[in-house]
Amino acid sequence: MSTINIRKVSRFGTLHVAEARIRNMAKWAGIIFFAAVINPTLYLVSIGIGVGSLIDANKGVDGVSYLTFLAPALLASAAIQGSSDEVIFPTMAGFKWERTFFGMRSTPITARQISLGLFIAAMVRTSVSVVIYWIALYYFGALESSTAWLAMPAALFAGAAMAAVMLALAGKIEKEDFFFTIVGRFIMIPMFLFSGTFYPLSQMPIFLQFFGWLSPLWHATEIGRYLTYDYPVSGPALFMHFFVLSAMIFIGLTASFRIFAARLEK
Amino acid sequence: MSSTAVELSERRLGQFGDKYFAGRPQQVLLRNWISFKSSAWIAVVSGFLEPVLYLLSFGYGVGALVGNISTTTGQVSYAAFIAPGLLASSAMNGALLDSTWNVFFKLNESRLYNAMLATSLGPLDVALGEIAWALMRGGAYATAFTIIMSALGLITTWWGILAIPAAIIVAFGFASFGMAITSYMKSHHQMNFFYIFLLPMFLFSGAFYPLTVFPGWGQAIIKALPLRQGIELVTRAMAGEFSVHLLVNVTYFLVMICVGLFFTTKRLNALFMK
Amino acid sequence: MTKSLIHARGLTKTYGDFVAVDGIDFDVAKGESFGFLGPNGAGKSTTMRIIGATSVRTSGTLTILGKDPEVNGPQIRAHLGVVPQQDNLDVELTVSENIFIYGRYFGLSSSFINKKIPELLEFAQLEEKKDTKVQALSGGMKRRLTIARSLVSEPDILMLDEPTTGLDPQARHILWDRLFRLKEQGVTLLITTHYMDEAEQLCDRLIVMDKGKIMAENSPAQLIKDYSTKEVLEVRFGSDKNHEMVEILRPLAERIEVLPDRILLYAEDGEHLLEQIAAKGIHPNTSLVRRSSLEDVFLRLTGRSLVE
Ligand SMILES: Nc1ncnc2c1ncn2[C@@H]1O[C@H](COP(=O)(O)OP(=O)(O)O)[C@@H](O)[C@H]1O
Ligand SMILES: [Mg+2]
Repeated sequence: MSTINIRKVSRFGTLHVAEARIRNMAKWAGIIFFAAVINPTLYLVSIGIGVGSLIDANKGVDGVSYLTFLAPALLASAAIQGSSDEVIFPTMAGFKWERTFFGMRSTPITARQISLGLFIAAMVRTSVSVVIYWIALYYFGALESSTAWLAMPAALFAGAAMAAVMLALAGKIEKEDFFFTIVGRFIMIPMFLFSGTFYPLSQMPIFLQFFGWLSPLWHATEIGRYLTYDYPVSGPALFMHFFVLSAMIFIGLTASFRIFAARLEK
Repeated sequence: MSSTAVELSERRLGQFGDKYFAGRPQQVLLRNWISFKSSAWIAVVSGFLEPVLYLLSFGYGVGALVGNISTTTGQVSYAAFIAPGLLASSAMNGALLDSTWNVFFKLNESRLYNAMLATSLGPLDVALGEIAWALMRGGAYATAFTIIMSALGLITTWWGILAIPAAIIVAFGFASFGMAITSYMKSHHQMNFFYIFLLPMFLFSGAFYPLTVFPGWGQAIIKALPLRQGIELVTRAMAGEFSVHLLVNVTYFLVMICVGLFFTTKRLNALFMK
Repeated sequence: MTKSLIHARGLTKTYGDFVAVDGIDFDVAKGESFGFLGPNGAGKSTTMRIIGATSVRTSGTLTILGKDPEVNGPQIRAHLGVVPQQDNLDVELTVSENIFIYGRYFGLSSSFINKKIPELLEFAQLEEKKDTKVQALSGGMKRRLTIARSLVSEPDILMLDEPTTGLDPQARHILWDRLFRLKEQGVTLLITTHYMDEAEQLCDRLIVMDKGKIMAENSPAQLIKDYSTKEVLEVRFGSDKNHEMVEILRPLAERIEVLPDRILLYAEDGEHLLEQIAAKGIHPNTSLVRRSSLEDVFLRLTGRSLVE
């Protein structure tokens, strides 16, 4: 059985890459699981209950408990964080630290398959985190409506949008010196803080709301709120949220194919 | 004619701790300054941004939902309530980043400390130099943050300036403690465990809400943790509240500083003299 | 009494139950270039660290320039230039910044160091790289920079732990040339190596170490004279036949060693021995006559090769 079926490898290359990544993640399953459980608990108890008690005692928000208001945003934020990590680190490792991508290139696997494989693996891992997070939200009583389970795919959607963009960005980085600092401090934290996560976006000055519109977190949060409680979102607005997220996935992935190919096939 | 390396090494001979201390921690600082000038400034400068973003987002966004907070000194705006906590947290983060990840890298990966200790420097020079650098960074963050607080009108009395020394004490405590712990860490993995502990400490420190939302036993645990102590220290200093409570907070950090320095020196000596 | 720069008696270092350096005695004189030759794990680096006052001996006496490293560590380190087995250059800094700050660690004045930098860069052939970050240097350049850096304090003794391990032949020769120059300038060199050619090239005198013990001590030429014949004949018969040939060849040579892939026959005249073998109708697949080396000394002393 030593003959390699080249046709087969080239057809399923993406899945081979994804499988290899998932097997690698399985080594860290304990930690991933732990983080997936502990993270929501910490935020829900501290911000949800701590800050929530102040807000609920004051005038509340959207007529629901602060926990309910926060829940879909935290869910989407966890998806975004998880999926970004899961594409950035393997991309840096593959191109730079371990140079495994260059090893893969001497097999029939294509650059496009590598990038898509990483993306799929990241989404698998993110799905696990999102499900766990959602269960935690449920037990904290943060989910009100019968469509609340749909908040999971909405969060995943945001995770996919961010992962696609990050995949392209990480693929472009040749010197990682300050890449992580920049991503963390200039992208992730501002997004977390200014996407209508902790209060309605409309409360911010209009020039800051603009950043919210660019943020996958805000779009997913709007969809999530619509699904988890009586939050009114108009049809066209809903369409716009889906459209922006889809566009990010499409543009991100297309760009990443180009970038990976340029780096691996030159 | 300048002195030779040998003459220089004999200057502190016979004085206390001459085996561990050459009296030149400033050279370790200089090394960090050279490295900072050429590239590391992006990381350092951007670190300052984080608490400012929190202050703006929470102070004004969440603040609009929360309204005013009643404290022992009366009603304050939500932004004014969280500012001291954010300052203490950022002093902690700045100090820890320098004294943990950076130290870990220099200890285990670039083996920079091996190089330093192959010269006539001693382990205490290295420990003091690194901690002083972390402090300068913490001090710079604290100063910048204090300026922003006052620009936003969150500082109403002159006592507000005490935020800076208070934050430096907090940074000193975390820097020496963080460095001591790092010197015992063997892998990235163990380092991550250390960081797992930081997020809950931050979220439950009461930086964002009064601790009274927790039951008594929960409050007791939180108050025993260094970040809470730091927040109280900064808050009290800024309010000009010179009570025995402030003394307790300061003492807490003095102990942290001494214990941290002692173990760092001891461990570095053991690591390099094995 | 002793004029020696370094004086060791019964020097011992244990890690738990494991004896890394086992009671060794040696003296190093001023201006000498002294080597520690031995395979991996012989205890060379450990000995170097003890001399460098960055490791505490378990027992024995040791003085360096009359001082005890346990008492006067910083003062002894001020006399030494240390080139460790693994480079520990400051990767965040440039080439000249590395030299500069290293000098500052010794407390030397900036003006003194700045005067030395061009000289050291020239010595290390790194003038063009002076503003390059260390990360971007090749292995040989890093090694030369580490040596240049260690010279900034004008040390009396330069300690080099496996200076050329991992370098390509060209880089090794450049480095050897630099070390010769230092030797000519009268710097005392302490060199560890597991390459016999390096030991032969660089050392006036050396000790052969194995498992923490000294097996022999002398100049390279005298060691070869004492422990080997003038020449060696290396023959190969193919791995399965080597063993049966040994018994036939044994009476012909002064001494015989069997390695996994070849047989070494020791004799004063190798060519003559080869003729004798041929006269017996024995024809090895390949044969080679060479001069004896420290490798043969080591084989004789320990029954093992230096480089496994
Ligand atoms: N810090 C240490 N702890 C335990 N064992 C050590 C330590 N350093 C060296 N050794 C052991 O001591 C022996 C000698 O090591 P070393 O001096 O590095 O040899 P060499 O430099 O000749 O290759 C080796 O078996 C090594 O594993
Ligand atoms: Mg060694």
